[in-house]
Amino acid sequence: MGRSSEDHARVADTRRRWALASPALAIITLFSILPLLVVVVYSFLSPGDFGGVHWKLSFEGWFSVLFERDIFDDTVSLSDAHLTILTRSVVLSLATTVITLFLGVPTAWFIATRPQKQRAFWLLLITIPFWTNLLVRTIAVQEMIRSDGVFNRIMLGLGLIDEPIQMMFTNFALLVGMAYVFLPLMVLPVYSAIERFDFRLAEAGYDLYASRLYCLRRVILPMVRPGVIAGSILVFIPSLGAYVTPRIMGGGKSMMLGNLIEMQFGQGRNWPLGAALSLTLTALVLVALIWYSRLTGGGSRRD
Amino acid sequence: MTDKRFDVRRLPAAATLAITCFVILYIPMVILVANSFNSGKVIGDWDGVSLRWYAAALQNDAFISAGITSLILASCAALVATTTATMAALATTRTRGFKGEGTIHLVLNEPLMVPEIVLAIALVIILAQVRQFTGYNGLGYLIIAHSAFCIPFAYMPIRARLEGMDLTLETAAADLYAGRFYTFRKVTLPLLAPGILAGFALAFVVSLDDVVISDFLKAPGQDTLPTYLMGQLRRNLTSEIYAISSLLLLISVLIVVGAWLLTRKKT
Repeated sequence: MGRSSEDHARVADTRRRWALASPALAIITLFSILPLLVVVVYSFLSPGDFGGVHWKLSFEGWFSVLFERDIFDDTVSLSDAHLTILTRSVVLSLATTVITLFLGVPTAWFIATRPQKQRAFWLLLITIPFWTNLLVRTIAVQEMIRSDGVFNRIMLGLGLIDEPIQMMFTNFALLVGMAYVFLPLMVLPVYSAIERFDFRLAEAGYDLYASRLYCLRRVILPMVRPGVIAGSILVFIPSLGAYVTPRIMGGGKSMMLGNLIEMQFGQGRNWPLGAALSLTLTALVLVALIWYSRLTGGGSRRD
Repeated sequence: MTDKRFDVRRLPAAATLAITCFVILYIPMVILVANSFNSGKVIGDWDGVSLRWYAAALQNDAFISAGITSLILASCAALVATTTATMAALATTRTRGFKGEGTIHLVLNEPLMVPEIVLAIALVIILAQVRQFTGYNGLGYLIIAHSAFCIPFAYMPIRARLEGMDLTLETAAADLYAGRFYTFRKVTLPLLAPGILAGFALAFVVSLDDVVISDFLKAPGQDTLPTYLMGQLRRNLTSEIYAISSLLLLISVLIVVGAWLLTRKKT
């Protein structure tokens, strides 16, 4: 009798909790999950003549992610254009992560080792760009490197170059733009890891005659590792799916995956290919996330 | 004084790199703002200080209407996201586990895992059908779409606040025969308020900052500030773009510094 009323209470509690969560779940399901499922379906259909799809099963969309058929003799070859864009997306995202690590980790270290009172101010300097519109910051960095932008004007003014260096619409421009806009994403998680680090541990290391490098490698690095990993994932994932920054800095010349996807729904008029590319991008992001949860999960198990 | 000869906190080159980092972050923004005060028509050709481009922006109806749309959209989306996220946070905290807890977490975090451009494309596909079917073409689609990706941002601080909250006050209220709803309204809600406020602010800024999803979903006349800016950028670079960008920058600075001052007072 007592047991069954307890079961009853538990069922009622579960039902109440699901009811409370249901509005949020409904909005996300209808406006995020369901559309994604439609994309899955679309990736297996044939392209319509003027965009849209024909309701006929086809694997051509998925096939075209990596391969292309010769128009005349139907021979299959790897699609150079798509491969270039795929590799560019991955390589530039990795490079962005490395650059932001190189600048972001020392910055986080610098902020975390300031006296308590000053820290809030230095953090504020990182939070302002963090919350500033991505488009605005892309416009700001574009002004630095475009043909008649700040860099070229200074170089011309100093007489170091005779004509402006064309940097826009190159991989270099993309890299500069992405590193600039995603830098604050690296600093914040690394900072919170270093801030929690008990520096007495490092002192103990030195007292026991560990060299600076040894102490950094064996004491400090393992402790701040979760923050560094979190920062890397926070930079890598949005870089991989970046659309606005490559669009402005790379134009039509230096495209990333996000821009290639958009093109299929616009002038490309190949919705199934666009859908398959979208799912490829999502899969790449999920791989990164799974790698992340493995790394952090493994870390907590050892503790 | 501490030993000046040796400090574990001091890493060679860290300070230099950090200052470099701050300089890199701020120089482009400072130059952007400086350019917005240039009275000349050509960007970079300095022609004296003037507020001419700000005046032009404020007399520009398209810009004003984009500003209003942005404000309505961000307020509505943040309101919907915060309300539903608060309910969801109440559902998923202070439990010893219940059936489907993992599923709820997964769904609530799903918008964070999907790249923005993919979600934008997916919504375009599905809403094209819905628009044709219902004939409705208002701001409602954008509001719910924004709510969907703002929910995880509103959920995080509210959930964190709930988890850190002491149960004893609510138990005390219940002991004094306060009803469940009365306890919630008079005890839980006031305690939860800072979390809800933080969640609302986060959702508001995230919605205000969105470029991609708004740009793909907007119907004619539904430009937000970022999509308006994007559209202007497609045409050509004028100093007015720099004035509008500077205004957007100013909004972010005001929000961040405001939040900073508010939290600083408490500690």
